[in-house]
Amino acid sequence: MAPKKNRDRPLTPTPALAAHQDAAPAAAPLAAKSSATKSGRANWDDVLLNIYQYYMKETPQRTKLIDAFLLFLVAAGGLQFLYCILAGNYPFNAFLAGFGATVGQFVLTVSLRIQTTAANKSDFPSISPERAFADFVVCSLILHFFCVNFIN
Amino acid sequence: MTTEVPLRQDGFNSSSTRTLLRVIILCLIAGAAISSRLFSVIRFESIIHEFDPWFNFRATKYLASNGFYKFWDWFDDRTWHPLGRVTGGTLYPGLMVTSGVIYHALRALTVPVDIRNICVLLAPAFSGLTAYATYLLTNEMTTSPSAGLLAAAFMGIAPGYISRSVAGSYDNEAIAIFLLVFTFYLWIKALKLGSMLWGASCALFYGYMVASWGGYAFITCLLPLHALVLICMGRYSTRLYVSYTTWYALGTIASMQIPFVGFLPVKTSEHMPALGIFGFLQLIAFINYVRSAIPSRQFQTFLATILIATFGIGLIALVALTSFGYVAPWSGRFYSLWDTGYAKIHIPIIASVSEHQPTAWPAFFFDLSFLIWLFPAGVYMCFQELRDEHVFIVVYSLFASYFAGVMVRLMLTLTPIVCVASAIALSSMLDLYVSAKTPDPKEVERIVADAASKKPSKATTGLRGSDKPKIGIFHSSSKFIVVASAIVYLLMFVTHCTWVTSNAYSSPSVVLASRMPDGSQHIIDDYREAYQWLRQNTKEDAKIMSWWDYGYQIGGMADRPTLVDNNTWNNTHIATVGKAMSSREEVSYPIMRQHEVDYVLVVFGGLLGYSGDDINKFLWMVRIAEGIWPDEVKERDFFTSRGEYKVDGDATETMKNSLMYKMSYYNYHSLFPPGQATDRVRNSRLPDQGPVLNTLDEAFTSENWIIRIYKVKDLDNVGRDHAAAAAFERGQKKRKTNKNKGARVLRVD
Repeated sequence: MAPKKNRDRPLTPTPALAAHQDAAPAAAPLAAKSSATKSGRANWDDVLLNIYQYYMKETPQRTKLIDAFLLFLVAAGGLQFLYCILAGNYPFNAFLAGFGATVGQFVLTVSLRIQTTAANKSDFPSISPERAFADFVVCSLILHFFCVNFIN
Repeated sequence: MTTEVPLRQDGFNSSSTRTLLRVIILCLIAGAAISSRLFSVIRFESIIHEFDPWFNFRATKYLASNGFYKFWDWFDDRTWHPLGRVTGGTLYPGLMVTSGVIYHALRALTVPVDIRNICVLLAPAFSGLTAYATYLLTNEMTTSPSAGLLAAAFMGIAPGYISRSVAGSYDNEAIAIFLLVFTFYLWIKALKLGSMLWGASCALFYGYMVASWGGYAFITCLLPLHALVLICMGRYSTRLYVSYTTWYALGTIASMQIPFVGFLPVKTSEHMPALGIFGFLQLIAFINYVRSAIPSRQFQTFLATILIATFGIGLIALVALTSFGYVAPWSGRFYSLWDTGYAKIHIPIIASVSEHQPTAWPAFFFDLSFLIWLFPAGVYMCFQELRDEHVFIVVYSLFASYFAGVMVRLMLTLTPIVCVASAIALSSMLDLYVSAKTPDPKEVERIVADAASKKPSKATTGLRGSDKPKIGIFHSSSKFIVVASAIVYLLMFVTHCTWVTSNAYSSPSVVLASRMPDGSQHIIDDYREAYQWLRQNTKEDAKIMSWWDYGYQIGGMADRPTLVDNNTWNNTHIATVGKAMSSREEVSYPIMRQHEVDYVLVVFGGLLGYSGDDINKFLWMVRIAEGIWPDEVKERDFFTSRGEYKVDGDATETMKNSLMYKMSYYNYHSLFPPGQATDRVRNSRLPDQGPVLNTLDEAFTSENWIIRIYKVKDLDNVGRDHAAAAAFERGQKKRKTNKNKGARVLRVD
């Protein structure tokens, strides 16, 4: 799992991981299997926990708002897809328009999120947050024009 | 190009002077691009060329006179006679709408121009825009001030592009190449800035391109490929995410608005790379986010699991969807680009088109002159300084070179990148050699020493061979020689392009020009003579049967319904016509009756030596018909026992009895003194006894016998078959009226 070349790096030994890494090569082959799965699970929990904590701590309020909207879009898209699977895709253009609108709005919002995140400032030297928002509005308008046209 | 020399000198160097020079140069380039396309208009007349443009012209006329909504829902009952064609849903409307808009805009400006002139001159006008788009695209690639102008000049007059955009060539490519280059420019711009707005405008122009040309699949496959290569090189950036996803989300929805495209972007394999990269980018963006969130050891686990899971699921899903038929496999036209032998075996109608053949080497030199050997150099220079947009050039050039090698027609998509890459190569050379400054020897020594000391530290980013120190040229004579030779090549390029355009690409195939012994021009205008005859001397709804090549021209010039035309969407219908042409009269007469054919038109070049006639295309008719009715039409029967395709006395019985042979050579021997009848295309002596036609009447034969039109006879009044009736009329005895009446069967009621 954890590649060995990273072992001598000083940063980031969270306790669980360090223990796992020391244990895994040393363990007997029989025990290795169960411990690997167990520690794999623990590892995963750890990863998710870490991500959650990082997210809660580092994300500014405005970005969290955007994320809530993203979550809503994912839910809306998922519901449409589920309905399409359950009830068939007969007006296929309607399904595509609705689903395309959610997907398109999702990626546009993610783009807005990327451009307004402070950490990405160096990637977009010429785009201020206001400019990013204006772009977002224009692109969403274009997207919705096409979607409304396509849904008939 | 030579104007850049004063540009470098001090005193002229202000930015406003440069801008002025740039504008002037670009205007001159546009002027050159337009005027070099006018040979055919000046020599002959302002007329639509070739075959396909006649349909576009007809559709544009319909649009201009009936308005947009009627055009969108146009059901054309004057083509594909019994079937008709839902034209609004089976064409790319971009070209027609563009010229319709120009037409109405000019009328609003009180400059009423005939729609035909707009159609004829649309391609030259757009070639000026293409030159400008190439200028913009090249300026994104390099900082050299001259590269953009050089690329624009190359693009303006390169024969590879002129071949499809001379005045009168009113084909989709006329505007599509401009849109192609401009879409690429917007894509590069979006990628560089990471801006949603540029991505959206790229998507809009992509939508316009989809509305104009079937070759939009090229963009749909090239941009994902570029993105994929960037990701694989570890150059993923948030800018790539923003530009690509904006382009894909908006562009796909936009492309689905065109009725002819419809659901294809989610259903066919050509569009799946774009979708796949779209999904892949989401994944990468998410992974990238997580990378910043958690420590790197945990990240390794995370990455491995996620990547394996998604790739596995994605691949399985794609394979499953394709094999269960939710996603259509590659269509024949695209598939034949990969498997180059495919079309010849399975779809003869694709292989029968001459521009779907592989390209020969001379064609590259003929179409691109000295650009073809500057092109690899330009691509190499992009490797030296490998930024994101240079990767695009590399990917595009590899992709387009392959396709141009497979198919002659795709030379057109290669030309822009050749112009850009060779302009980069040439301009970087000129930048080095034109500069008037002589480097100071001491300075150079210092630089060399610097570079030598720096070498181990390896600070440069390019390839290993590229980090050589920049040293100037000391002697002005070497500068002079290099610059002079470059100028000589440029001048030769101009003369070559003009010569090629004038001699090879500026002939309207509607009128054939030949030279008299004294050098004066003799114009053979049989096509229009015959079409005009049809237009004036037949009923308004007389159905014309001809081979599909002439379908659009008959519809456009003669304005009569046809059975098949150049839009080969129904292979069986074409095979029906092929069968009627290649069978005995007794077989083809019922076919013609069933399809309500009134006139049959054949093209015959035997008298004039016009080689593109129907006898030379005849084998394709046989092959296409054989594909549907293998036991009624057999290609083997048209060859002599020694395997030769002959039309003279040695021709096989099947050949001599085929309708096409009979129509072509009907009464032909009577033009010559006995025993002298020759066919000048096939170079063969024809038998003295011409073929006999029982079911058709000769209705019209043009001056040089190029077009022959036959009228289908009505049923016989007294119910005999036509052979008997014709024999009776010729006064032939009814084959020895012997008393024993033979085995007649009883009448059955």
